[in-house]
Amino acid sequence: MARDWEMKLTRQGWADALIELGEKNPDVMVLDADLSKSTLTCQFCDKYPDRFCNVGIAEQNMINVAGGLSLMGFIPFATTYGVFVSGRAWEQIRTTICINRLNVKLGGAHGGVSVGPDGATHQALEEISIMRCLPEMTVLVPADYHETYKATLAAAAIDGPVYVRFGREKVPVVTKADDPFVVGKASVMREGKDVTIVACGSMVAEALDAADALAEEGQEAEVINLSTIKPLDSETILASVQKTGALVTAEEHQIAGGMGSAVLEMLAQNHAVPAEMVGIQDTFGESGTPEELLEKYHCKNTDIIEKAKKVITRKSQ
Amino acid sequence: MKYPIPFDERELKLKANQMRRDIVESVHAAGSGHPGGSLSATDIMTVLYNAVLRHDSENPEWEDRDRFVLSKAHIAPAYYSILARTGYFDPAELKTLRKMGSFLQGHPKIDIEHGIEIGGGSLGQNLSIAVGMAIGLKKRGKQCRVFDMSSEGELQEGSMWEALMSAAHYKLNNLCIMIDYNRLQIDGPTECVMEVEPLDEKFAAFGWNVITIDGHSITETYEAFKKFNLLSAGHRVPEHDEFDPEKPTAIIGKTIKGKGISFMENQAGWHGRAPTDEELAQALEELNQNQ
Repeated sequence: MARDWEMKLTRQGWADALIELGEKNPDVMVLDADLSKSTLTCQFCDKYPDRFCNVGIAEQNMINVAGGLSLMGFIPFATTYGVFVSGRAWEQIRTTICINRLNVKLGGAHGGVSVGPDGATHQALEEISIMRCLPEMTVLVPADYHETYKATLAAAAIDGPVYVRFGREKVPVVTKADDPFVVGKASVMREGKDVTIVACGSMVAEALDAADALAEEGQEAEVINLSTIKPLDSETILASVQKTGALVTAEEHQIAGGMGSAVLEMLAQNHAVPAEMVGIQDTFGESGTPEELLEKYHCKNTDIIEKAKKVITRKSQ
Repeated sequence: MKYPIPFDERELKLKANQMRRDIVESVHAAGSGHPGGSLSATDIMTVLYNAVLRHDSENPEWEDRDRFVLSKAHIAPAYYSILARTGYFDPAELKTLRKMGSFLQGHPKIDIEHGIEIGGGSLGQNLSIAVGMAIGLKKRGKQCRVFDMSSEGELQEGSMWEALMSAAHYKLNNLCIMIDYNRLQIDGPTECVMEVEPLDEKFAAFGWNVITIDGHSITETYEAFKKFNLLSAGHRVPEHDEFDPEKPTAIIGKTIKGKGISFMENQAGWHGRAPTDEELAQALEELNQNQ
């Protein structure tokens, strides 16, 4: 039985934090590529029109214009859908932003299948993979409104490139407004001894629901919210896995190269345990409601429960 | 040292000759590199860095300097020579080009202390950076200008046209793009690989002032920059009503790839290869005679 979560937009967390940053720091600028009404950066534009650049439908130009602004001492936040910002402009991000280590922040809105009916072209399922392979890049995948708000503020405080992934739909509010948010620090949302579930983004709520169900069957799952994918908090993950001896990762993203891969790369070298991955299994999405898609592509709490039981069994084999 | 210095055609010709020596010597020492496009851009770079660009090699981070962005960044040998010869570092360093541990990377790496405002090497990217700089300078209320050294080959990249469109949209009269139009790219003549003409009409249609010059004429190049000096200060150019002081400016320099070395001129093959010992000797001999 899923909990009765309060639901809120993560992109509103991005927009609210940008306005707060804009108020505090005259060097903060926001760029968008003709999607400001969807990404909600239009709210920043209403308040600080002189520090907002809409570059039109031209993501490659947007990224490097942001790079040029950063060289003039500004802190630019460039935002559009995750597919376009990370994919269309990937080489700009690599060659200009990361090699030169420019102080540019990237907002990937509409991450995962949350953009639903728009279909495969608009569903961002590869950004974690193609952003975390870049040296110098920090990758943040906040779980809810509060974390997106804090991640955006935290991004501004980092001197260097940061990618923040958030979604379109309202998602459960799993953290509290006054919870600490530290880049590079995972949070243990629930303690348990039988299996570790590491989740990010919208899948944190699914993981907590899964843990509730497992508890009813006598299995205690430890749930870790991994909102910083890079740099990875190896310490927290290792401590948990050394205790539980089994792992399930859960993300609204391709299995290949995503959050789960990052965790397993680290564990394979330090403390390999039976592991299963919940995520998109090497396929593109399609039109449908986000809920229908999450079910079809096996990104629900039921999928986490099934895999958790599997790894717990594997422990004793 | 502080620049610009007063224009002196004879002096600048000697400096361009020295730059050509640096280019062939450093590429020879490296064993690889891009001499053809470096030699075609030499005269424009010489005029710009000596007689136009406001910069100070003793104070590379001077806040009120003009910014130079190298878009066709494979001509690093030309860039490093002009930086060394205007005082950013010892010209002896040029022999370390492309060597392990050198700050003179095959394609430039950001290094403001040595005068390199931003790295580059992937074509089609750096004009957008220049646009961002030009917007930023205007927002800061600075009179500084941004100069971007590009080429007709680079204009085949679609992202260039995004950047050109945005420069006009944001009325960046403080931005000047210089096109080293040598008509040759790696796979052959531009018109065979991918035609970019009519270039002047394309720039005009994208909302830019366009000045076409002989990119090897020191005087013509300087005259073109003088027009940009007026436009970037918000003035009209006397007797040239076609130029709008609210628009960015393109200076299209018709050039010769490999200019100044007879056997390199107009040869696509010299885009990216180093001269042998014999070829270097001949190149230096020709440059000696042309002083």
